Amino acid sequence: MARQIGIDLVSVDSVREAVRVHSDRYLGRVYTPREVRDCTAPGGVPDARRLAARFAAKEAALKVLRAGDEPVPWRSIGVCADRDGRTCIELTGAARELARRRGIEGLDVSLTHEGPFAAAVVVAKLRGST
Amino acid sequence: MSEGTRTAIREVVREHARLPIDVEALGDDADLFAAGMTSHASVNLMLALEDAFAIQFPDHMLTRSVFESIASLATAIDELAAGEGVPPPAGGGT
Repeated sequence: MARQIGIDLVSVDSVREAVRVHSDRYLGRVYTPREVRDCTAPGGVPDARRLAARFAAKEAALKVLRAGDEPVPWRSIGVCADRDGRTCIELTGAARELARRRGIEGLDVSLTHEGPFAAAVVVAKLRGST
Repeated sequence: MSEGTRTAIREVVREHARLPIDVEALGDDADLFAAGMTSHASVNLMLALEDAFAIQFPDHMLTRSVFESIASLATAIDELAAGEGVPPPAGGGT
């Protein structure tokens, strides 16, 4: 089966700064409501490490989508969990349309964070390949 | 593009783009990503520019080419300040 792979590394401190300085405006522009919920303990503030991993997933997905200079809002790439609880990526809007044009029929994702960095790898399965 | 706009952008870039080099070493057309600006730093830069210029970058302007240099940012900000960067509403008549 033909695949495309993307990877990205994000500074947790950069995300922590964005949450501190821009707060809800940053969260609302970059993350889906579900992502914000998944990264926030009840009554707490969003966990910058988990947000950074999700931002890395968005950027890794943009690489497999070969977005180039096309505008693809970060919110149109959402990290979620499937029925089995595995981390997955849900595309909407511009990202979904771009994936269709690129012949991508599914994305797999893996996230990690350690110390000052978070990372993600995204693998795209291409339509029509065996 | 006004000199004042470029000077103000340069100051925001200095504070928020997390470049590993002095922004004064960069020309207006220098590629900020090539100079070390990460994709997430470009988000911080975008939000800080919105605060500084009382604008909002619409989704269709969130592209690499808009954020790649002080000159390209100045062009985009001037367009937004002039009301040219906002697409007309769908079905907005003639």
